[in-house]
Amino acid sequence: MAKATSRPSTSRGRAQRTGEKAAASPRRRDRAALRGLDDETLLLMYRQMLLIRRFEEHAAEGYAQAKIGGFLHLYIGEEAVAVGALHGLRNDDHLITHYRDHGYALVRGCDPGQVMAELYGRATGVVGGRGGSMHLADASKHFWGGHAIVGGHIPVAVGLGVAQQRKDTGLVVLDVFGDGATAIGMFHEAMNMAMIWRAPVVFLCENNLYGMGAQLAEQSPVKQLVDRARGYNMPAAQCDGMDPVDTYRVVREAGEHARRGEGPFFVEALTYRFRGHSMADPEMYRTRDEVREWRAKDPIPAFAARLTEHGIADDKRLKQIDGEVEEQVVAAVRFADESPPPDPATIFDHLYAAPLGPAAPERSEIRP
Amino acid sequence: MTVEISYREALHQALREEMQRDGDVVLLGEDITGYGGSYAVTKGLHEEFGLDRVMETPIAEAGIVATAIGMSMGGMRPVAELMTVNFALLALDQIVNNAAKFHYMFNGQWSVPIVVRTVSGFGQLAATHSQTFEGWFASVPGLKVVMPATPADAKGLLKTAIRDPDPVIFIEHSLLYSKRGAVPEGDDHLVPIGEAAVVREGGDVTIVAYSRMLLEALAAAEELSAEGVECEVVDLRTLRPLDVDTIVQSVAHTHRAVVCGEDWRTGGFGATLAAEVQDRCFDVLDAPVARVAMADVPLPYARNLERLLIPTAHSVTEAVRSLLSIGGRS
Repeated sequence: MAKATSRPSTSRGRAQRTGEKAAASPRRRDRAALRGLDDETLLLMYRQMLLIRRFEEHAAEGYAQAKIGGFLHLYIGEEAVAVGALHGLRNDDHLITHYRDHGYALVRGCDPGQVMAELYGRATGVVGGRGGSMHLADASKHFWGGHAIVGGHIPVAVGLGVAQQRKDTGLVVLDVFGDGATAIGMFHEAMNMAMIWRAPVVFLCENNLYGMGAQLAEQSPVKQLVDRARGYNMPAAQCDGMDPVDTYRVVREAGEHARRGEGPFFVEALTYRFRGHSMADPEMYRTRDEVREWRAKDPIPAFAARLTEHGIADDKRLKQIDGEVEEQVVAAVRFADESPPPDPATIFDHLYAAPLGPAAPERSEIRP
Repeated sequence: MTVEISYREALHQALREEMQRDGDVVLLGEDITGYGGSYAVTKGLHEEFGLDRVMETPIAEAGIVATAIGMSMGGMRPVAELMTVNFALLALDQIVNNAAKFHYMFNGQWSVPIVVRTVSGFGQLAATHSQTFEGWFASVPGLKVVMPATPADAKGLLKTAIRDPDPVIFIEHSLLYSKRGAVPEGDDHLVPIGEAAVVREGGDVTIVAYSRMLLEALAAAEELSAEGVECEVVDLRTLRPLDVDTIVQSVAHTHRAVVCGEDWRTGGFGATLAAEVQDRCFDVLDAPVARVAMADVPLPYARNLERLLIPTAHSVTEAVRSLLSIGGRS
């Protein structure tokens, strides 16, 4: 597992600057640490991590400007998990996640403009402005949603896995949740049922050390969350959630295990969120030193350093990617800003899949 | 042509026929295979269809409903059995936050075609095993709530529920399983969701009931008829979407209404019914809408105490008589 040595620059940690610093890193690494991933894939990983980072920085601005309402949970610091995990699976494998879902949506291929429009509550959003930040989804990409009741989606993934098994699709389900969710009953019901039915599910626990503000030790008697899997006789592994390549390696093995029909697999990704739980979090529960220590492991400059060190890209190329990503996100913000809000006439649409007709009681409830 | 079968057999036939018709229909629940289901509705189906289609689950109500939801997203048509409606509380989050929300919240990208079969009822089972919560479920937009009273409706509505693209909460009644009734022959008997039925005509009072209370309402109507009072009895069959029009049409010519349920008076489904009738029929009502409901107390175990609380035909006749004493009955 490669250790990040480069430091993020101040404030926004722009990759072009950190890339320059990284080039000065004296340490040599084995190309094998990149797990045989081709240059194109490695650069895509870099671009995707950067896209999440820039997207969320702009989202935070939108929140400060009150263009985004409700809750906004940023993934900044954890980008390597979504990127690594999704590269470890097929593009059409099923994905269901918690509410910190921007990164997964973007890596799965949702249009950044439509994702931003969803945050803005616009008609052009990925779910038409009905779900917001916590409920992004695109069923056509087998992305079955961000879910905001902690743990509630975990056993849904097991059912989705059973359906893959019965219909012999050869697909697996990536079921993403945080460390806090491992305390709730539905997590345990899901682990139990998945193992009984040998459902092809990769349980991916993003351990960012805090369930909102409560430390893991306050919530769990086991220190290593992989140990949770033991109670279900389920194979499990940890990965470095600050490293997309290590996450890729472990999730890929877990996915192939499930795909071979050998049942579910539990992965614990060790990671850290650099920002508060949500935009409303004053972060009283952790020290500045701790945050500083983890920011030193920022996955983006660390990965940039490895790319330059191995000659996969030079600073110029990384700068170019950064510029392209920034442009893409600025365009996404513009798209969201210029998009119309949902039409009030659609407010009762999609309440039921079977239309109840114009005289139906559900319609008669509309008293404009 | 009809055939006389029990409510239990009607449900069993509905499950069996739909499983034969559609290979995606699967059953899952606690003790539904070897044990046969706690009310024996699924008895023998695992032998006919195999354990892949009649799935035994651990005791995990939230997990049962959640996995049913996931299976439906993967193209299956799961019918989840929750042993009693009391245990359905453990799955409330899945029913309310997931099953009822996905279609709307994800902008119609997919629906959740599941049926959650469960059972209300009582019989010296004490406070935690004698409840009924249809009013709670019926208050949730996105759910459909069905409570059949007769074998014919039990069969026809369950078959429709299985084919329906939305989540259906299908509440059976433990005291109805052995009741027999005429059911149309053949495997194409379907009863639409969202349609009430006028099961007895009369011009003096409208009695609105569903599930076991329909039988009590019909017994009350029979008794009152001997006294010269003719009741019109409406069987709701579906609580959501509610067929308000059928109730309104009946009250328009009877001018009086009694609404019946076994759930608690405060916040029970009867409260919604009474409000709807009052709202839609205020100008034609000759008396306030009367309620027959459970008193607001947990059901005690002792036989005599339980009997004091359970709504019966007698509760309905009393309600009708008190209504008739109000206003100018000609």
